[in-house]
Amino acid sequence: METRGARIGFGVSTALVVCFLWLPLVVIAVYAFNKSSIQSWPVSGWTLHWFRVAWQASDVRSALWLSVRVGLLASGIAIVLGSMAAFGVHRFRFFGRESVSLLLLLPLALPGIITGLALSSFFTFANQQASWLPGLPFSMWTIVIGHATFCVVVVYNNVLARLRRTSGSLVEASMDLGADGWQTFRYVTWPTISTALVGGALLAFALSFDEVIVTTFTAGAQTTLPIFIFNNINRGSQLPVINVVAFVVIALTVIPVWASVRLTHTSGLSRRS
Amino acid sequence: MAVDVAREAGSLRGARLRVSAAFWRRPWLKLAALVGPPVGIYTIVYVGSLAVLLASGFWAVNAFTSETVHTWNLGNFRTIFSTTDLTYWRIIGRTVAMAAAVTVTDAVLAFPLAYFMARLAMPRLRALLFVAVLLPLWSSYLVRIYSWRTILSTSGALNWVLTGLGLPAQHLSGTNWAMWLVFSYIWLPFMVLPVFAAIERIPDSYLEASGDLGARAGRTFRSVMLPLVLPGFVAGSIFTFALTLGDFITPALIGGGPGTAMIGSTVEANVGLNVPFAAALTAVPVAIMGLYLMAAKRLGAFEAL
Repeated sequence: METRGARIGFGVSTALVVCFLWLPLVVIAVYAFNKSSIQSWPVSGWTLHWFRVAWQASDVRSALWLSVRVGLLASGIAIVLGSMAAFGVHRFRFFGRESVSLLLLLPLALPGIITGLALSSFFTFANQQASWLPGLPFSMWTIVIGHATFCVVVVYNNVLARLRRTSGSLVEASMDLGADGWQTFRYVTWPTISTALVGGALLAFALSFDEVIVTTFTAGAQTTLPIFIFNNINRGSQLPVINVVAFVVIALTVIPVWASVRLTHTSGLSRRS
Repeated sequence: MAVDVAREAGSLRGARLRVSAAFWRRPWLKLAALVGPPVGIYTIVYVGSLAVLLASGFWAVNAFTSETVHTWNLGNFRTIFSTTDLTYWRIIGRTVAMAAAVTVTDAVLAFPLAYFMARLAMPRLRALLFVAVLLPLWSSYLVRIYSWRTILSTSGALNWVLTGLGLPAQHLSGTNWAMWLVFSYIWLPFMVLPVFAAIERIPDSYLEASGDLGARAGRTFRSVMLPLVLPGFVAGSIFTFALTLGDFITPALIGGGPGTAMIGSTVEANVGLNVPFAAALTAVPVAIMGLYLMAAKRLGAFEAL
């Protein structure tokens, strides 16, 4: 019922806004292959030289390795805790059920600076003042804990959404046919939730891989890939390497998200009445 | 069933069956085993952390040893809300104004995209647009801000376009204008998604009825569309507003000029010097968001999330 003019207007502004959304991603991809070491637009030529330089730089490698390990560990914790909470909330009605979602969502909803400062105060407090708490010096594990706080809710939401869409009678049928709890899980529950679980874990990995705010507070002296970018951004000589690192970070976050969307059909935009 | 279990006792399957049966008979045990660990860990680590943060806002730092002194006092809040030194009032005011400007900008930019996705695009194009909005949202936020830094720099892409069009070059790096642009860019997908959800939920028949009753497009938009989309805008504004209040990466990479300090960057600057003061300052965005969420709840934003 929109007039032709309105349709064209909406179409043009949609195209412009999408270009706006993608512009920085395209620019950084172009700069990663920039021949010159000076940042100016348009680029003067193309080269893969900076990829080799970045790959050979030991600080980039160790940062990449740390980011990968943190991402895997944080999404591992998210898989375990997130799916446990999702199963519990889905199966049972209990006091405080609504607050579970809120509790898990809190680290993602509050500004990162609050989560970061809170965790860093907590770790410092546990290390220095509270002898009754187990101390945990700032290390890879404090980064993992920081990332896990906001990764759990991603897996939780994905698994819970899938469980709500599956019929409970499948599990009952399996039990009626004599399967024990493990068999029901292995042959009925797991096949229905596996893609949602993997999709959630991929999103959690992407979220962890490029996280910088909470990390600056919980990393101590450790350097993840985003922290490497943040620390070197004012060093002109490092910028070509940063461009490559930035391009890799974009690629390593976009690919899991793309896979996750394909797995879970998050774009569940099937209908319009 | 009991006979089965007895016969198979000793075998692995028997053991599994007994465990299953035990959980089946005591559902509360299963509930505790499933929900207990995540909730317990979150309560200790996360809620505990927030409690320490809140408490440390009332502590102080010894000026000579720069160690935290655990004596309860309101000194930090007196400094922030001082009536003689308006430094922090200005920072809070600038941050809230920035958050409001970014929210309005994102609402204006998000509406046509969300409308097109929800009502005009064919299913295939809609799925494609959805991915086109989702991927920038999830791809590295630091890298996208860094990319804007290069675009806005003196020899960057923006000035190349401007001089190419015969316009004077701009030096936006470090200014509040640059921060406004980058904040609006970074949080835009957070506005698009709830607005899309709100528009998609409006039945076509409402708009047809409005047209049948003689309303033109403008009137239908104002009297039918906007009231129904408003909760979506409010839901999106929760993200754009809250994220702007707490961010310190954008001020660090894009701002930095005179008169560009924000709450987030001030907290970050104080972390190395005076953690109790930084902790007290984080109470400000939390309080503002608390008020904002109460207002949003009245406008029905939570049904649109």
